[in-house]
Amino acid sequence: MSVTTLPSRGVALRQPGWVARLFDYKPFLIVMCLTPAIGLLTVFLTYPLGLGVWLAFTDTTIGQRGIYIGLENFQYLWTDPLWWGAVFYSVFYTGIATIGKFALGFWLALLLNNHFPLKSLLRAIVLLPWIVPTVLSALAFWWIYDPQFSIISYLLVDVLHIRTTNIDFLGNPWSARFSLIAANIWRGIPFVAISLLAGLQTISPSLYEAAMLDGASAWQRFRYITFPMMMPILAIVMTFSIIFTFTDFQLVYAITRGGPVNSTHLLATLAFQRGIAGGELGEGAAIAVSMVPFLVFATLFSYFGLARRKWQQGEAND
Amino acid sequence: MTDAAAQSTNVGSATPDTMAWDSRARRVMMIYLPLSCFVLILLFPFYWMAITSFKPNAELLNYREHNPFWISSPTLAHIKHLLFNTAYPTWLKTTMFVAIGSTFLSLFASTLAAYAIERLRFRGSPYVGLGIYLAYLVPPSILFIPLATVIVQFGLFDSPMALILVYPTFLVPFCTWLLIGYFKSIPYELEECALVDGATRLQILRRITLPLAVPGLISAGIFSFTLSWNEFIYALAFIQSGANKTVPVAILTELVTGDVYQWGALMAGSLLGSLPVALFYSLFVDYYVSSLTGAVKE
Repeated sequence: MSVTTLPSRGVALRQPGWVARLFDYKPFLIVMCLTPAIGLLTVFLTYPLGLGVWLAFTDTTIGQRGIYIGLENFQYLWTDPLWWGAVFYSVFYTGIATIGKFALGFWLALLLNNHFPLKSLLRAIVLLPWIVPTVLSALAFWWIYDPQFSIISYLLVDVLHIRTTNIDFLGNPWSARFSLIAANIWRGIPFVAISLLAGLQTISPSLYEAAMLDGASAWQRFRYITFPMMMPILAIVMTFSIIFTFTDFQLVYAITRGGPVNSTHLLATLAFQRGIAGGELGEGAAIAVSMVPFLVFATLFSYFGLARRKWQQGEAND
Repeated sequence: MTDAAAQSTNVGSATPDTMAWDSRARRVMMIYLPLSCFVLILLFPFYWMAITSFKPNAELLNYREHNPFWISSPTLAHIKHLLFNTAYPTWLKTTMFVAIGSTFLSLFASTLAAYAIERLRFRGSPYVGLGIYLAYLVPPSILFIPLATVIVQFGLFDSPMALILVYPTFLVPFCTWLLIGYFKSIPYELEECALVDGATRLQILRRITLPLAVPGLISAGIFSFTLSWNEFIYALAFIQSGANKTVPVAILTELVTGDVYQWGALMAGSLLGSLPVALFYSLFVDYYVSSLTGAVKE
């Protein structure tokens, strides 16, 4: 369109420089506009992604170019109990934390959807754990989980007298695993709650009024109105949540670094330990690549399993 | 639990006063009690962080003689130690530099990309948009090892520049989608008028579209700033020397030393490191909420 208006504008009025004319040429302008974004993403995202797959098939170490060794890295991982441990804990961590986050987050969203004083202030406070750097709140959790001076142990032992000894939160495998999951849930609730709250607010109150006139019980209203209406947004939020929980790194690295006795390694922390700290880039890349099938599966499952009614909401998005 | 949740929905969605069972006591039990538990648990780590950073060491490790939930003689010793005996100010400066740099870079790139995808409309523009969106689903944990070798190839290892260039990989997809949504809400007729008046495309972008998209730009900007301030794994993998570290990495790798943890200093460092984003957040709460929910809805 701009091309057709150019001649009619009159050359005599104002002579546009050739630069200006070039920038009004649509194909050129499109290329210019997309170059920074596409360039950055290609160089620092697409290329490394391919390079990562290639590295997984080589024996590259830090400071030494590797050669192609086929599936050797993966064969080694297959026989490596640590890798299996990390796979187990990644799946376990993702599963339990996702269930916890969504159950509590949905509950919180429903609570916040009520009318009460200081609502916006409360909504702002709730989002705080998500805003603050994860590592820094993880440090606070580390201190809360301290074997000797844990405030939770203090409450249970000295105030409530439920236990006689301190809880060793991070000292043995299972309590460490659950302590990390608790911290992850704590951090994930705000994101889930605020996203779902936005979804709840789009549900028209007239639906509830109609259901109430028909004598639907509270449970029925939740089950047949709230839940189906929330499905599309639930699917998207869950997809995101699963991807970023499965590939979580910061929380585990900050609190346990995979210990005690490697029981809390996630695939990401194991990849870091082998790839960067240990220098075995090829093996680290193989561990990172081994996350991909899980991610694809989880994404397809949560997205297509839940998003069947995507268009029910009637919003013409994307 | 879900039952309780269902109950409380109704209280909110219908007019509460008209329902017989909606007594005051029930409302307290169903809404205020669980809500205050949530707030208490969500805020407790911050309270604990704050109170620890002002406690003298004697109080910190003695719960029998001092109430652990309160400070009897607050001290600034930990913060003083942090500011004058460690490189904390340098880390803060580096983090600020990296966060601002990557925010501006990604805003620049994603504004142009969003404008091209939404307003210049060419064949295949939805696919470019989808491609950029898919980039958001690639987690950093998969990328950091090959990226480390790329960074070394470029000679950027151990330099904050590496972080400024790498952070846009997760900021650009987010900002682009946010801005596409904002551009969509601006009437196209405005641009047509300008085209008829003989404005060039770039003039339209600068004089008409961008001023109208300022709320979107602010949302994208503060969000990018927060995400780059909080980023950890790239900063941990690409930065080696103490002076170039960002706050989250530096606290974990430089302040955690030996077997006896300096909890006071650690918590003071966490508090100070959280403060800039928390402050930012308190100024722009509505933008955060709208960008968070906007990005999810898109």
